[in-house]
Parts: sequence; structure tokens; C-alpha cells
Amino acid sequence: MTTSVLHDDHHHEAPSGWRRWLFSTNHKDIGTMYLIFALVMMFLGGGMAMLIRAELFMPGLQLFQPDFYNNLVTNHALIMVFGVVMPAAAGMANWMIPMMIGAPDMALPRLNNMSFWLLPMGGTLLILSMVVPFFGMGAPVATGWTLYPPLSIQAGFGMDLLIFTIHILGISSIMASINIIVTIVNMRAPGMDWMKLPIFVWAWFFTALLLVLIMPIFAGGVTMLLFDRHFGTSFFDAAGGGDPVLFQHLFWFFGHPEVYVLLLPSIGVLGVVIPTFSRKPLFGYKSLVFGMAFLTALGMVVWAHHQYTVGMSVAATKYFMIGTIIISVPVGLMIFNFIFTMWRGAMTFETPMLFAIAIIVMFSFAGVTGVMLAVVPADLQYHDTYFVVAHFHYALIPGALFGLYAGVFYWLPKWTGHMYDEKLGKIFFWWTTIGFNLTFFPQHFLGLAGMPRRIVDYNIQYTEFNVISSIGGFIFGLSHLLFLYIIIQTVKGGKKADNKVWEGSMIGTPGLEWTLPSPPPHHSFTVPPVVR
Amino acid sequence: MFGFDRKWVLCGSALFLLLGINNAFAEYAYNFPEAVSPLTRYIFDLHMLTTYLAFWIMVVIIAIVGFTIFKFRKSTGYKADQEFHKGAFGVWSWILVPVIVLGIDFSISGPGLKALDMVEKNIDADLTVKVIGSQWKWTYEYVNDDVAIISNLLPQEQAGDKYLREVDNPLILPTHRKIRFLHTATDVLHAWWVPAIAVKKDSIPGYINETWTEIEKEGDYYGQCAENCGRGHAFMPIHVKAISPEKFDAWMAEAKEDELAELADAQSDKEWAKEELMEKGERVFNTYCAGCHQATGLGVPGVFPALKGGLIATGPVEGHLNIVMKGKAGTAMSAWAAQLSDLDLAAVVTYERNAWGNNTGDLVQPKDIKAAR
Repeated sequence: MTTSVLHDDHHHEAPSGWRRWLFSTNHKDIGTMYLIFALVMMFLGGGMAMLIRAELFMPGLQLFQPDFYNNLVTNHALIMVFGVVMPAAAGMANWMIPMMIGAPDMALPRLNNMSFWLLPMGGTLLILSMVVPFFGMGAPVATGWTLYPPLSIQAGFGMDLLIFTIHILGISSIMASINIIVTIVNMRAPGMDWMKLPIFVWAWFFTALLLVLIMPIFAGGVTMLLFDRHFGTSFFDAAGGGDPVLFQHLFWFFGHPEVYVLLLPSIGVLGVVIPTFSRKPLFGYKSLVFGMAFLTALGMVVWAHHQYTVGMSVAATKYFMIGTIIISVPVGLMIFNFIFTMWRGAMTFETPMLFAIAIIVMFSFAGVTGVMLAVVPADLQYHDTYFVVAHFHYALIPGALFGLYAGVFYWLPKWTGHMYDEKLGKIFFWWTTIGFNLTFFPQHFLGLAGMPRRIVDYNIQYTEFNVISSIGGFIFGLSHLLFLYIIIQTVKGGKKADNKVWEGSMIGTPGLEWTLPSPPPHHSFTVPPVVR
Repeated sequence: MFGFDRKWVLCGSALFLLLGINNAFAEYAYNFPEAVSPLTRYIFDLHMLTTYLAFWIMVVIIAIVGFTIFKFRKSTGYKADQEFHKGAFGVWSWILVPVIVLGIDFSISGPGLKALDMVEKNIDADLTVKVIGSQWKWTYEYVNDDVAIISNLLPQEQAGDKYLREVDNPLILPTHRKIRFLHTATDVLHAWWVPAIAVKKDSIPGYINETWTEIEKEGDYYGQCAENCGRGHAFMPIHVKAISPEKFDAWMAEAKEDELAELADAQSDKEWAKEELMEKGERVFNTYCAGCHQATGLGVPGVFPALKGGLIATGPVEGHLNIVMKGKAGTAMSAWAAQLSDLDLAAVVTYERNAWGNNTGDLVQPKDIKAAR
């Protein structure tokens, strides 16, 4: 008679030491690793931003060679997009989605492990790509994060390392997205219906769909670049029958939906933070879900508004203009729903709520400058100037980064079991918000006055606003030291947090994380909870 | 409470309007420069329309958010309305959003589409200028007159306060004539942008893009390259000098004569003296070569070789001619044989062999170049 040797109840000593982290299949540990990776990369990318603002502090400084300066610009963007916002959002998804839906873990825990560990590998290649020009291996990647040929064909070995970085980070994102979609579809606890899900889960659902659709296109585009560089093809070379603009279309077909990838998780955070601190259910839940779906779909077909100056046909240009202008409808709906969640609520203003309210105002400002940019003839003057830089920093910092900060402050007590220091949190909020606005508001005027992007030096007529912007930049950058301090202090200790943490956390369509202790056990929901 | 909000809103919008009115008339460092062509002026008005709309939308949003923060707080004892999202407003108000937003959108897209038609209109041009972007200078060719202008950055010592905006040879254009620009590039993407007179279109190698203008006022108009083209991207400004049609015609006649005279000179068999070759060579060098090799001949270490004391510039003449005329594959060094005349090539090689202390004493004559082709 055979006896099958089964794990009895899968109970074993949890691995400790480095094995716990390297071989982890636990969504909480993997989420923590994503968040720490993002935090480290934030200081690297932010440090580069400080160098950029130092160079632009006054005209004529010439702290850096022009090629190295544009390399800083390139890597600042790549690190912030692929090394900070996306990993931090993925870290929150890992930590929160299983707990919110009452699942024991992600659907594919080993895939989860690989998704994370690809990130430090990609990050290493990225840093190498910055370093190799100093060892005589050709010119640095100085194209900007958009990597347009023919200029990217001229770059040295660093460009090839960057292409491999993109391959690796793309694979990581695709695998994580598959994991998230499968988890949300299959592993919701009984009674956790689609229309009862916390908005954060819906937001990540759409984000994951976008990533699966767009990352392969980006990978294809940069692979074609690799072939043009080394294998004699001429995809992007007119002399060989190709077209430099083809790369732009491939890049932006990825690049535009990518901004919604960056935005949606933070909208998801707002969708849980605002009801909690308004003590009132989310307003317009259904319209918000449909709005996000519409945004996802429409966002995939408006990419060429980044390319109004390349010489497209009038018909194509008109289509992209109208499509882009219409994006204001679902975005307006989001802002509308968040404001009316606050309306007739009973608000308190803890740090997550401060960020949420600031985001509503500042992200709306990005929305209105976005409508200005959508108008083609006007964009033919704004394009490639600091007006665009100002617009997208207002979209990405309030829209993506501050959303992540709100999520960090909202969930740190759940993750660590300790309340963070509220007074320090508020100081951080004001310090970072004031610094951010000082940095980027003047840049609108610089762009209108004629200052192009990606220039290492400028004429003296642009001095005043650049000085203000740089000082703001240093203030904004320094604030993050306080952020780091708050996080470390909270991890180490603080007032004990209970299950609910926040008075309003269970109102409306809450996630099941608030039924768990703070911090939750290594394995939560070993038995599925029932949701009424 | 309403009084508080309204006072600040009125103050803010008054201030903004004042700024706006000022900007319409003068060149300030926080708005577009004064538009001097019908299209750029229409676009300026379109920009002000969207700016005012953006401003008022922000006022409304800030007012509403501000109101909620002051009124609906737990600390003043307000009790949250748990059923608000289920009432009539909760169920139906979402319709307001597309109605209001699309209304605003249509009021923008109407003038926007009209402006787009103006941008793309095919004009009967009186003058066509080909604008060629290179790393890192602009070349302007008057297509029907066979005259070309090459515009390089004017170095700091000569440009002073206008450094990074001033060039050695500005583009000369007539006022009150319809001008078509044909944009292209020789190497990587560039973009020609002079906001006062025309919109920007990318200069793409292998493509020709088109913009147009009709300049209404004589004057000097400035701009910069607006598409990242490498290390010299910040160092290729644009200066357009607009003069009356009569002055322009006179200038063009003289320019054509000069061009013909130079061509004749270059094609003759005469033996050129060292001083003539050095003088011409220095001008050719500063126009075509200094962008990479620098006016000092020191180049950029690791990127562009130094010519001062360089092995090729002080070595055999054949090697020097070879690399200048045929370029070097896999690098940024062009083949200049097709781009420069015999005289220009002879002069620049002579200059390189004798300047900066190289002092080889070699003279290269145009007929040597002709033989080497």
C-alpha cells in the first residue's frame, strides 16, 4: 500500500536570515523588498535631480559636460519611472491586494519572487550603463528617457546596457501584472464581489492590464534599436529605407499608457484614503470604475500627442487632438468623485489626508495644463520647452509620487504595528509640497519665454525663474531626508496601532486588511473570511 | 465664509488679468514673445484663451475644495452624511461631468482646429528657405537663388549678454512676403523654433517638413534648437533678421554676386598665398569644424580628437587629406569632399597644419585637392 507523503498542514519553520528574503514567496516580505528598493532608488534619482538643478541654478556654471548633463537627465527619468514609482506601487500592490480581498497570498508566489529579484539586476545594469562611458566605452546615453534615434544610435556601450535593463525590468513588470490579474480574478474571498472591491484593487487591475499590453511594444522598439546599432538593420534610418519617426510611434504607444500605469495606483490610494478621513463612503464608486476603464481604453489610442511636431498628416493630427482633449472627461470625473466624497463628510486632516487634498488641487492643475498642451497649434509652441517639463512634473509628483506617500503614511501603521509621528508627518507634508511648487511652478513661465528642454546652459534672460526653481528643488530634495527618518523611526517603534488604525477605515467598501492585526501575521487568511 | 473666498478670488483674478494684458503687448520673461506673424498671433490668442480657462477652472476647484475643508470637519462637530452617495445627486450627478467638461473642451477645440488649418495651409510662397539642422549649426538655403547662410553659435566673448542666443550669420528674411520653410536635418533630429514668427516642426534626416510665415515687422527675432541633438543642443541658437522687401532684394543681389565671385575664384588655377589660405581656412574651420574640434583646436578629450599637436595634422599631408575628404566610418567625422569646394578644403587643411603652433609650413592648393578626389 502506498502512502502518499503529503505536507500535513504546510507548517514549517519560516526561513530566516538571507534565505527568508532571497527565496521569499510571501507577499508581505516581497512587498517590503519592493518598497525598500524604491526608497533607495528615490535617493539615487533624486540626487541626480539635485545635480541637474545645481547645473541650472545660474547661467554659465558648466559643472558638467553637456553629454554627462543629458545623461543625468536621462537617468533621472528612467530611475524615477522604472526604479521608484513602478516598484513602490508594485510593493503596495503586493502588500495590500491579497489582504484587501481576503486571499492568503498572491496567486503565483514563486513568480512574485522572480518579479522582485529582477529589479536589482536591472538596476545594476542601469547604473553600469551610466558608468561605462567613464571607462572609454563610448558616449553616454544623452538622449533623454525617450531614447530617440538617430541620436541613440550614436551613443556608446551604455545604450546597449540600457536596452538590456529595459528588457529585464519589462519582464519583471509583465510577470507581476499577470500575477495581480490572476489574483484579483481568482482569489477573492466569498462575498468579496467585484463591485465591493476597494478602489485600490480596481485601479491595480487596470494598471496590470495596461502593463501587459504595452511593455512588449517598448521591448520590441528598443530591440529594433539594438539591431540598428549593431546588426546592420535600418528600421530607423531613412537612408536605408527606414524611418526615425517609427521609433517615436513605438515608444509613445508604450509611453502614453505608461503615464496611466504611474497614475492609477495612486488614484487607487486616494480612493481609499479620502473615504477613510471623510468618514463617508466613496462617492460615485460605479462611475469611478467605469471612468477608470474608459481612461485605460482611451489612454491607449492617443499616444501621438507627444509627436505633434513630427509632420503627421492633418487628419491624424486632428484625431489625436480630439482624443487627447476627451481624456479630460474621465480625469474630471475622478476629481469630481473625490471632491464629493469629502462633501458632507466629517473630515480630519492626518498626513495621508493632507496629501490627498493637495493631490486633488495640484493634479487638477496638471490636468488643465494638459488640455492647453492638447491643442495642437498651441503645442507647436509649447513642445520641447520647460512648459512641458512643468506639466508632467505636476502630473507625476502630485499624481503618482504624493499618492504613494499618502499610501505609505496610510498603511505604515498596518505594516509595522506602530503609528508614525503625526507631527513630523505634517511637517514633511508642508515642506515637500512647498518645495515642489517652488521648483516647478516657475518652469511654466520659462517654457513660455522660450527655454527649451534638455539644455545644459541657458541665456541670462532665464536666470530669475531658474534660481527660484533650483532653490525650490533643493528644499524639495532635502525634505526626503525627513521622510526617510519618519519611516525608520516608525519601523523601530511608536504608539501601538490596532486592527482598524483609522477611525474611518471600515466605511464604504473597505478592504479586509483592517480586520487583521497590525502588523498582520506572516500568513494571513489561512482560512478564507466571509464577506457580508 | 463666502466673503473670505470671494475676496481672494477677485484679487487673484485681477492680478492675473493685469499680467495677461501686459503680456499681450511686450516681450517679458514669462510669456511668449510678441507675435509678428498672423499665425503666431492667432496662436498667442488661443494660448491666452486656454490659460484663462485653466485659471478659472482652478479657481472653481480651489474654491470648492477650500469650502469643504472649512465646513465639513469633524472638529466643528459636523456629522458625515453616510447616504449622500445614494441620493439623487449621488446617483445622477456624474452626468454633469462629461457635459461641463466637454462643453469647455468644445470651446477650446473650435478655435484650436481653426488654428490648425492655418498652420497646415499651403501658401503661395514668395520665398522658400530650406532650413537644415546639423550637429551643431543651422544652414539656410534660399532655394530659388542658390545662396546659402551658415549660422553658428557666437562664442561668449563676442556675444556677451546674448550668449546662447546670438549667431555669427543671422538668417536674413524680407517682411511682408509669404515665406515657406522646408525643414530637414543631416544627422539627428533637430527643431527650428523662432516663436515670434513661426511654429516649430522637427528637422528629421530623410524627411522634409514645412512651416510658413509672413513677418509683419522689421526686427531681430531669436530662437533655439528645440529637439535634443546631443552635446551641442544648447549651443545652436537661431537669429532671424527681418528687413524690408526692398532692402532684402538689394541684399540678395549682392549675396549672389559674392557667391559667384567665390565660385570663380575657387575654380581658377591660381596659386594661393599662405596668408590668403590661412585667413580663408580659419573662417572655414570656425564654420564647419570648431563645433567638434573647438576653435582652440583642442577638441574634447575622449570624444573629438585634438588637432593642435595632432598626429594627422602634423603628419603626412596625404593622411590629412584622406581623413578630411573621406571622413572616418563609425564616428561623427563627416566626409567633407562632397560638402566643401576645392578652395575651402585646401584652405582648411592648410590652416590646420599651421595654426595653434602646428607650424608644418605646408601649403595645400585647390589643385592638390582636385587631384586627390
